[in-house]
Amino acid sequence: MPPTKEKLLEMLRSMLLTRRFEEKLTELCQIEGKVPGMMILCTGQEAVAAGVCAALEPQDVIVPNHRSHGHLLARGADPNALMAECFGKRTGFNKGKSGTLHVAVPEVNALCTTTVVGGGIPIAAGVAFAQKYRKQKNVTVCFFGDGAADEGSFHEALNLAALWDLPVLFVCENNLYAGAQRYEEHTKIRDMADRAVAYGIPGIVVDGNDARVVYAAAERARARAVAGEGPSLIECKTYRCRGHGESDHQLYQPPEEIASWKERCPLPRLRDEVLAQELLDEKALKSMEDEISRIVEDAVRFAEESPWPDPEDALSDVYV
Amino acid sequence: MQQLTMGQAVNQALREEMLRDPNVFIAGEGVGVSIHAAPVLPTFGLLEEFGPDRVKDTPVSEAAIAGLAVGASVMGLRPVVEIMFNPFVTLASDMIVNHAAKLRYLSGGKSTFPMVVRIKSGAGFKAGCQHSHNLEAWLAHCPGIRVVMPSTPADAKGLLKSAIRDDNPVVFIEDMLLYFVPGPVPEEEYLVPIGKADVKRQGSDVTIVTWSKMLGAAMKGAALLEQKGVSAEVIDLRTLAPLDKDAILDSVRKTGRLVVLHEATRTGGFAGEICALVAEEALGSLKAPFRRVTGPDIPVPFSPPLEAFYIPDEHDLVKAVESIV
Ligand SMILES: Cc1ncc(C[n+]2csc(CCOP(=O)(O)OP(=O)(O)O)c2C)c(N)n1
Repeated sequence: MPPTKEKLLEMLRSMLLTRRFEEKLTELCQIEGKVPGMMILCTGQEAVAAGVCAALEPQDVIVPNHRSHGHLLARGADPNALMAECFGKRTGFNKGKSGTLHVAVPEVNALCTTTVVGGGIPIAAGVAFAQKYRKQKNVTVCFFGDGAADEGSFHEALNLAALWDLPVLFVCENNLYAGAQRYEEHTKIRDMADRAVAYGIPGIVVDGNDARVVYAAAERARARAVAGEGPSLIECKTYRCRGHGESDHQLYQPPEEIASWKERCPLPRLRDEVLAQELLDEKALKSMEDEISRIVEDAVRFAEESPWPDPEDALSDVYV
Repeated sequence: MQQLTMGQAVNQALREEMLRDPNVFIAGEGVGVSIHAAPVLPTFGLLEEFGPDRVKDTPVSEAAIAGLAVGASVMGLRPVVEIMFNPFVTLASDMIVNHAAKLRYLSGGKSTFPMVVRIKSGAGFKAGCQHSHNLEAWLAHCPGIRVVMPSTPADAKGLLKSAIRDDNPVVFIEDMLLYFVPGPVPEEEYLVPIGKADVKRQGSDVTIVTWSKMLGAAMKGAALLEQKGVSAEVIDLRTLAPLDKDAILDSVRKTGRLVVLHEATRTGGFAGEICALVAEEALGSLKAPFRRVTGPDIPVPFSPPLEAFYIPDEHDLVKAVESIV
């Protein structure tokens, strides 16, 4: 089913929020010491998170990877607590223990984000097992990159999930790169989705820069999963517009390639659709954008004004 | 003498050994085309110099990377493979722990595995515990592999060259913060033997045993102690397996006191092994209980003040020494 008007607006909103949130992080990363550590952004890939999450019910679970801002914001995670976690502040989702790379937000059923590439895939199978075990009509979504599909964990988890008909959506965000390795330099087949054949599950390729088709594919895969028919592998073709971390100067990405993908930016596409369908007029759109800018400014202020954790707080949370 | 950072020193070792022996090749995630194209980093420029047959960028596949090393080395090649961050060695550990470490023994001595696994390691770069986890005690617990952890550029170069020429599987752990710290490195060809500790500072009141990045804290601590009238001897183990027991025991017999300093967490850490050794073999020469200065038993947290709390420093060391002198 194509997305309803509400869904289109929901997706546009979450994509605008993610983009603004990350543009701000890009800016802040220029200021020495402002945002510690690696800052790995999903700029350019927002349609995947927005499209998939719009197809989910609140009790569905997502398992994101290191590139998680879009997944979490699309799920409704509080921008203040997310920004504060990126800063390492006490008010962050995980009290500064995580930082950007492994944010857990159980409040929105984003249960475990992992930065071990491929690590989330077997975990997602386990989460889906629990859903099925409890006869919930819910699904689990695992987001991962093309690089992750090379890890053994991908193959073992897909086989198990397929065998047991677990309600999982394996969402591969094929953004053409794994670190500095281009897709063709790490994978022989053209479409990662073809790997589904080996496990007896559907493998679907979609334009990952079009939130509408991502939504439609996720909705179908979800329906199949809750009907007890098992997992699907959805490959979203997209592009990583920023580097692998904000200190990566993208020397290995041809500038023409970056430019051409910028032209296929998922945001104007959805915006044009929303305007064409007259769901919003230019003025209403502008006020949505302004509101989102305010939300992000507030999040930055919140993070800046938040206290650091006390050094001894490092000792807490190891055990229950 | 040339001044090199440890990253550059590792780079020189790789380069020289690749030039010397056509059986040497390197493989790993981004050892060729890297997101970090900086001359201070260990594999910079090697792809351009040696080409894609000898500098192999791999998929994100740690088990395959380590397995590649096991299989290629039993055929007589000398692979030097890289694990991007220490915690990801867990994905390669079946190949390292169950295969590299055991297959020579299982073959009754017929097979050899002249392979090196370089692991980038250490806390302090604010990426959280899935990127920062010092696992050297795990690896040193496995008979059949050597575990090397250099602290200076000169040692790193000489030890890595020895590791590449060694016929045993060697795990070579590099602290990433040291990649940026310069030090003198001899111009001419030299090797540093695996299994020999180095006395980095002579002293008479207390023996400080350490390795890798913590050498810096040990030397700073020793300088502070000197101002307080305490003479500290600093031993850099350089290799955990095989362990240079004599260097430790000789020093403790001289000073009568022992403090072990490492960044890894405490429980089951390698400091315990050294203290046990001294208790078994030189208890009589101890004038005071030994002390361990280590990371606390927690995963490495992300937030800067929390991470700083995790990493032991010279002040922790001085406190520990003062409690026994
Ligand atoms: C097991 C493991 N190996 C290596 C890394 C280092 N690393 C972090 S992200 C990354 C590339 C991942 O590529 P992909 O899965 O395609 O995700 P993308 O970053 O492109 O979204 C690598 C190699 C890691 N985090 N985990």
